[in-house]
Amino acid sequence: MPADVAKATGLLLFAVVLQLSIMANVTILGGHPNFLLVTLVCVALLRGAVFGAVAGFWAGLLADTGVFGTLGFTALLLTVAGYWTGRYGETTGRDRAHAPVLSIAMITILYQIAALVLRFMLGQNAPAGAIFEGLPPTVLLNVLLTLPVYAFTRRLLRPREWAPREVRLLG
Amino acid sequence: MVSLVVLSLILITISFRESSTGPLSGVQAAGATVLRPFEVAAERVARPFRDVYGYFAGLVHVKRENGRLKAEVNQLRQQAELGQSARAQNARLRDQLHFVDSPLFPSDYSAVNTRIIGWRSEFDDQVVIAAGRDHGIRQETPVVTSDGLVGSVTQVIGDSALVTLITDQSSAVQARDQNSGAFGLVRHGQGQGSLIVDRVTKDKQVTAGDVIVTAGTRSSKYPSLFPAGIPIGWVTSAGQSDTAPYKQIQIQPYVDFTSLDAVTALITSKKIPKAP
Repeated sequence: MPADVAKATGLLLFAVVLQLSIMANVTILGGHPNFLLVTLVCVALLRGAVFGAVAGFWAGLLADTGVFGTLGFTALLLTVAGYWTGRYGETTGRDRAHAPVLSIAMITILYQIAALVLRFMLGQNAPAGAIFEGLPPTVLLNVLLTLPVYAFTRRLLRPREWAPREVRLLG
Repeated sequence: MVSLVVLSLILITISFRESSTGPLSGVQAAGATVLRPFEVAAERVARPFRDVYGYFAGLVHVKRENGRLKAEVNQLRQQAELGQSARAQNARLRDQLHFVDSPLFPSDYSAVNTRIIGWRSEFDDQVVIAAGRDHGIRQETPVVTSDGLVGSVTQVIGDSALVTLITDQSSAVQARDQNSGAFGLVRHGQGQGSLIVDRVTKDKQVTAGDVIVTAGTRSSKYPSLFPAGIPIGWVTSAGQSDTAPYKQIQIQPYVDFTSLDAVTALITSKKIPKAP
């Protein structure tokens, strides 16, 4: 477990730095790839809901401090994203080959909409038109990023053998 | 999970309500300082790749751009000759009148050249620069490149600062049409990264190709953050309708905001006039 924490910390720190310094300024076909989100989803899928939520919180907090953002904004979004993906990885998505791609496509859409709503509630710039226009290419770019990132993360954090849960039927 | 969500909400609330000198800002400044070396390193590693991409992307439009630039050079050469004599005359007349002025660009400013080390998000047109209070940068310090106006500093700590670009929705710059002298307000347009000149009355003559520069302070009640005469962009279209109270003017900024990598913060020791 401590080895997992150390590896995930290193990976997410790298993802935060890469996202803030380079990826946040990359626009391809109107989409903005989110390397940090993709990395977090991969980590959460492999290590579960609690690990995903905690990793999302700290990675988000670090991202917020790095660019003078509203502290807690990205942390909140990534906590929920990490938890949801982790839950999916522990249950329905377990051992499914399409789980990473499906998760990232779903999470990207929800993340962008949640960010938009949160920004609107905080009275910040919330360009809904531009975000929805850029959503399909952003999903595509994140899905493309998922393939190598998930392969790398899987090598770094070996998939767990999920303990089978015993269910006693009533009667 | 619930405790982390609650903690995030508490952080958002405190961060949103506290002033720039509050306790969370100190934590944020410490975090930014820790991340800074990593961001600088990542930016340095990525720069050659970005340059290569920029080179090939630029080749697509190079022929058309070359023709346009040649025509522009001829036009500017003539204007420069006229401008040189006008500038000499202006200096002579100011001297004779003992004219008291606010800081002039660029003579009354010193430059702090710095690198962009981070981009906030796709929602905001804000960048983080690798120079801060330790280098003389203050809140509202104007930021430019050799091409023109970039924006102003909106948050600053010891060794880095947050710059809000003029393309951000929260930005507005008092501007002047250099050709006709019409005044207006440069702000965010409809599309991502587009700029318009607002509040130009219909009686003013503004035509495509006109150069838009910062107007400096015109009203003592609303002092401008920017010194007069910094180029912003050129007019791409100017029109008016019967119903709209002002002209509809779109401009193309001189600065390419998509490929910004280094900027200059303008520091002045001269006092900027404030409202009495």
